Amino acid sequence: MSVFRDRGVVLRTIRLGEADRIVSFVTESHGKVRAVAKGVRRTGSKFGARLEPLSHVALSGWQGRGDLDIVTQVEAIETFRGIREDLERVTVGYAMLEVVDQIAQERHANPRLYAMLAGALRVLDQRPAVLVGPAFFLKVLALEGSAPVLDQCAACGEEDVGSLVAFDLVHGGVLCRSCRRGRPLSPAGLVLLRQILGGELGAALDAGRSEATEEVSALMTEAMESHLERRIRSLHTSLVP
Amino acid sequence: MAVYSGPLQSLIDELGRLPGIGPKSAQRITFHLLKVPKEDALRLAEAVIAVKERITLCTRCFNVAEGGLCAICLDDSRESTSICVVEDPRDVAAMEKTRLYRGRYHVLQGALNPIEGIGPEQLRIGELLGRLEPEGIEEVVLGMNPNLEGEATAMHLARALKPLGLRVTRLASGLPVGGDLEYADELTLGRALVGRREVDA
Ligand SMILES: [Zn+2]
Ligand SMILES: [Zn+2]
Repeated sequence: MSVFRDRGVVLRTIRLGEADRIVSFVTESHGKVRAVAKGVRRTGSKFGARLEPLSHVALSGWQGRGDLDIVTQVEAIETFRGIREDLERVTVGYAMLEVVDQIAQERHANPRLYAMLAGALRVLDQRPAVLVGPAFFLKVLALEGSAPVLDQCAACGEEDVGSLVAFDLVHGGVLCRSCRRGRPLSPAGLVLLRQILGGELGAALDAGRSEATEEVSALMTEAMESHLERRIRSLHTSLVP
Repeated sequence: MAVYSGPLQSLIDELGRLPGIGPKSAQRITFHLLKVPKEDALRLAEAVIAVKERITLCTRCFNVAEGGLCAICLDDSRESTSICVVEDPRDVAAMEKTRLYRGRYHVLQGALNPIEGIGPEQLRIGELLGRLEPEGIEEVVLGMNPNLEGEATAMHLARALKPLGLRVTRLASGLPVGGDLEYADELTLGRALVGRREVDA
């Protein structure tokens, strides 16, 4: 057993025994960590309040030889109340946690993934930006080396923006008028995708809900689900009545 | 791995399937049962059988019941215009211990958890909405666990119920985030009930 200290975001928790939970974190330096937190389900436990999904915490504990660690101390860094108290935002938050839970590997450090999740949650906490979730998916795909081709036709290399009219997962990006297949992509949708990957994320996040943002949302959900080879459950389970 | 033969191993296996009981405990309990007088062990067996044969879910509120309606739904002295919505029958028991709530209950049998694929259709939400008009409900108290799933469930219900012109309240003060309702002490839970407040949807 060795002591560990790290920062992380709580991805999910599972009940264990009478009052304990197994908590999954994505951490800065230890990748995904699954740890037992004792006594946290008792309502008097302050510890428990900090170990809710979405919470950004500083944690310390014991790293065991098996696949479960033990978390002994937790300090809150951010609680993201803005997300928790809004049904639409909590849905997006859940989807991001679910994706990171699938991608992060246990005890395999991925500081960029951790930083991207914390950053995306911070934006979502501050404002209900419609593209936070889709932009996060696209950034994660790029981090995974699976960014779609956006600067030219993924099939023939055509670069004329005006002729790029479709998006196809098989070809891994946008397609021109003569190669078109997959889903149609509007010029405004392409602009948003390029902004997200091209260093103008802020501009994309300022976008209000429109046909183009809906298009980008659908495309990025599809791209991420194809990358994960499974459905993102949170996006198919509606919390909004 | 079957270490013991026949009935001994099957009891160990069955006990090991229970929540919170590992293989070691399962073995310990089995050997304890082997040692105790026969009638003590049979009383346990009979209690298990009685629970499985007689206890059902209340057809109205999904609390535990002995066939048909639960004791609370059958009790005419309860206020019939108020429903307290909880996740689990154990939460009904916890609320009852406060002796502060005189209305009826509705047990959702869980909380919304999109990552696990638990949406409104997986819970007894439709049944709750179906009770409002026939029973002349005026107030709904949201008594979900004070954690992320519970909060999301409460927000979902508030949004569904508010437009219907009901008084919708939520257990609030005194309950720290992240715990399970069944572990709240009576004082804390009582204070939360007294301090319940209107919610926005
Ligand atoms: Zn082409
Ligand atoms: Zn009942």
